[in-house]
Amino acid sequence: MSYLELLSRFAPETIVVITALVVLGLDLLVLREEPLRNRLRIGAAFSGLGCVAAAAWLLAIAGSAEASSPFATGGMLVDDPLTRLVKVALLALGFFAILLATEGNFTAHVGEYLSLVLLSVVGMMLMVSSTDLLMIFIALEATSLPLYILAAFNPRDPRSSEAALKYFLFGGMAAAFTLFGLSLVYGLAGSTNLAEIAVRLADTGRGPDALLPAALALTLTGLAFKVAAAPFHLWAPDAYEGAPAPSASLIASGSKVAGFFLLARVMMVAFAPVAGSGTWHHYAAGWMPLVAILAGLSVVIGNLAAIAQSNVKRLLAYSAVAHTGYALLGVLANDPRGVSSLVYYVITYGLTLVGAFAVVSAVEDREGGSNLTDFAGLGRREPLLSFCMMIFMLSLAGIPPLAGFFGKFYLFAAIIGGARNLGWLWLVVLAVAMSAVSLYYYLQVLKQIYVLPEPERTAKRRPPMVTKALVGLLALGVVIFGCAPDLLLRPLLAVIHGRVF
Amino acid sequence: MLAWTVYISFIGVLAVLCLPERMVRATRAVALVAALAGLGLAVAGIARHGLDGSMTTIVKHVWVRGLGIDYYLGADGISLVLVLLTGIAATAGILFSWNIEHRAKEFFAFYLALIGGVYGVFLSFDLFLLFVFYELAIIPKYFLIAIWGSTNREYGAMKLALYSFIGSAMVLLGIVAAYVVAGSRTMDLFELAKYPFPESFQFWAFPLVFVGFAILAGLWPFHTWAPGGHVAAPTAASMLLAGVVMKLGAYGALRVAMTLFPQGLAIWRDTIALLAVVGIVYGALVALVQTDFKFVIGYSSVSHMGFVLLGLMTINAVGLSGAVLQMFSHGIIAGLLFAVVGRMVYDRAHTRDLGALEEMGLGRALPFAAVTFAVAGFASMGLPGFSGFVAELQVLIGAWYAFPTFAALAGLGIVIGAAYTLRALQKAFYGEVAESRSGAHPPLPPITLPEKIGAIMLVTVAVVVGLYPKLLLDLIGPSFYSPLFDGLRAKGAF
Repeated sequence: MSYLELLSRFAPETIVVITALVVLGLDLLVLREEPLRNRLRIGAAFSGLGCVAAAAWLLAIAGSAEASSPFATGGMLVDDPLTRLVKVALLALGFFAILLATEGNFTAHVGEYLSLVLLSVVGMMLMVSSTDLLMIFIALEATSLPLYILAAFNPRDPRSSEAALKYFLFGGMAAAFTLFGLSLVYGLAGSTNLAEIAVRLADTGRGPDALLPAALALTLTGLAFKVAAAPFHLWAPDAYEGAPAPSASLIASGSKVAGFFLLARVMMVAFAPVAGSGTWHHYAAGWMPLVAILAGLSVVIGNLAAIAQSNVKRLLAYSAVAHTGYALLGVLANDPRGVSSLVYYVITYGLTLVGAFAVVSAVEDREGGSNLTDFAGLGRREPLLSFCMMIFMLSLAGIPPLAGFFGKFYLFAAIIGGARNLGWLWLVVLAVAMSAVSLYYYLQVLKQIYVLPEPERTAKRRPPMVTKALVGLLALGVVIFGCAPDLLLRPLLAVIHGRVF
Repeated sequence: MLAWTVYISFIGVLAVLCLPERMVRATRAVALVAALAGLGLAVAGIARHGLDGSMTTIVKHVWVRGLGIDYYLGADGISLVLVLLTGIAATAGILFSWNIEHRAKEFFAFYLALIGGVYGVFLSFDLFLLFVFYELAIIPKYFLIAIWGSTNREYGAMKLALYSFIGSAMVLLGIVAAYVVAGSRTMDLFELAKYPFPESFQFWAFPLVFVGFAILAGLWPFHTWAPGGHVAAPTAASMLLAGVVMKLGAYGALRVAMTLFPQGLAIWRDTIALLAVVGIVYGALVALVQTDFKFVIGYSSVSHMGFVLLGLMTINAVGLSGAVLQMFSHGIIAGLLFAVVGRMVYDRAHTRDLGALEEMGLGRALPFAAVTFAVAGFASMGLPGFSGFVAELQVLIGAWYAFPTFAALAGLGIVIGAAYTLRALQKAFYGEVAESRSGAHPPLPPITLPEKIGAIMLVTVAVVVGLYPKLLLDLIGPSFYSPLFDGLRAKGAF
């Protein structure tokens, strides 16, 4: 393996890194004197172009013979059709966050902001590819550090600093746990490669090790933090509420997609021999019961806490915790179908959430707040945004024919099929019952928008065209992926074709 | 051709959305045309496919290849009867909402979306597709009630939406489990109905799915959404709610729960029949003491839907076709009753309190409304010559074979039904008007032409079906001999 081959295999990541540097340099050296609007637009155009180029590369090589063979760099990174598909989704989510940023007026540090967005996207792409403990940790940190800064980027709003500080403190703690857990795993298995760890752990000659539960729990803690699973979700509401909208949407979508992919890979590959079981009456120690507890807690806490929220961003944060719980069902299915349902769910969820955040930020710009009451009568003022918000909310609630419904259906089918004798039914019952609860708070948002009368106000500024176009596009995507799930499902099943990672 | 009932409704939604807000008349016209087109297609579809009640496949396309989900629309006699009902109720509903001016565009968009979903449920033979259409109907209902409703509308709308959603969550759980147990290969109802689900599975899957659907059919004690929701809803929406949405529940219970899990049905049959009978008697008794005119009709719906559920539980030919005929008949009659109460009376008198109405002498002020209500009331009581008589008689005969005691109790429900209907008729229209007060009320606006057309249309249907029920029974009866109902027939007495 030569560095040239490595670079060609990981050209998309390279493209994004170079774009980040170019955008930074361009803004610092050339655009200094331009007005803020132009700097934002030019910078965003370049950043977006970088994302598109990287995604185009990924799609272009998808058909070539070289690309279909998986490629492993000494067990550190892997590049195969599945990771490429997820990376395209990550680039798209990053692209949407950049689009959302073009109309923001929260910062004068345009170059820094955009390049940090791009760098965190690179971190996410590496998370998806890494198959080695060291690489995993580096990728996790490469994603997290830019995200901490992105959360703090609004100097005028103290909640932004608060969000960043909470996110950072929780994140730092979680990273420490993960690192400790990974070191224990290394100590147990004597290897940092995921596949080799599985082989060593399966070697039962040594008998069960007392350190294994600690290693599992600690590793899982860090990953659960990344995907905001309860009880490691406490940072999420503050981060979502305080961070600037583009940062929050990236934290909530891209970072989650990558986090879930990594979580699934670590559990299903490295800890495959110690899966255990969490099914009804067949309990066995392993990662499955732990993840099942996380999933159950997330679904219950997320949905119940969301009911009590009066701020739409916090409501979305708690609903995100609930959706983490649903997505974990795909991990628990522990088979190829589980992986494809997980990937389908988190990608469509990411699109929906970015759209919802775009609407919330447009409302915030207009009304000066994102409380439920700020949405009153929005249906009369902004028919398009309101209609799209209805689509996003109903998709999150799981109403057909939207993407969220098919995603849930597929997850439930996958996890029930993942164990004999419908053993996972208890968890699915919990998830379904809680999703019935969720309709209540999503309808609260829609009630404000469509049912309640518009308060008397003077005319405020209209939401920018870019936001409208982005929101419309995402809503269309949610409808299309819901009506024709095969558009995403067929490529997904084609790249997974019957094997886990 | 029948599939176009679905498409034309959604095309109607788009057309209404494209019209500018101020063109209220055009919006109404477009909505009416869409509803009439649906009705026309339903009639044409029956003429073309359905005269022998056999199963027709309309469209069958692969939808989600990886999961074995098809876009599969078809129709048997049961579907055809209910599609016809939907067409009639939808058209009548638009005629009775001719006075909607407030946000008319959105009103008709939600209205047509609801209709489209309902058609879709009745025509789907793929379980996934059926469920998609079934849930699609929830959201328009919420907005129709919450925005255009009256008494306690936000509460009623939310309660209705949550009850429906909880019911559909139960159904979802049951059908996902059934799908996985049958091998995760197909969602085709015919294929699934052939699969021998283990009895231990059917034992819990049947009540889960059946009750999940039957919540929407007003199964006691899960009926509490119904009276409040009906009362809060605007006239057209309560006509649709009682007229067709409650039938969605009963239809789903028959089409999905009973065909897929016949063994489970055999186990739970008596319990559910008991609940149905309690619903019949309880609904009637509660209707007897209401002071709000609309609540009388709301509770009477619970009572009459009890007959549908009781008919389903008989599992014999006469009881089952009676149940389906009762779905049709109640759809027409309840629509008519709600139209009189909500549109003809409430929109003019601005009160639904029976005590207040008693003093207004509406029988003289609104003779058309009084006569319409009297006719609808007779039909609802089950007087011979109206559709309600044939349907409830069949259910009672079927129940007599299966559960004689319950049949007797249900007969009691009919007697109480006569009592509350006559009481409402007397109080609302033929109260004693004190001479000194007769001039106190300003003259009420006369009944408009669209209202008259709608009322005459519904009365005609109720009478024609009452005099010549063979028209529909010939469609319904043979449907139960399709392979879909093999398991059911094996458990039943036919």
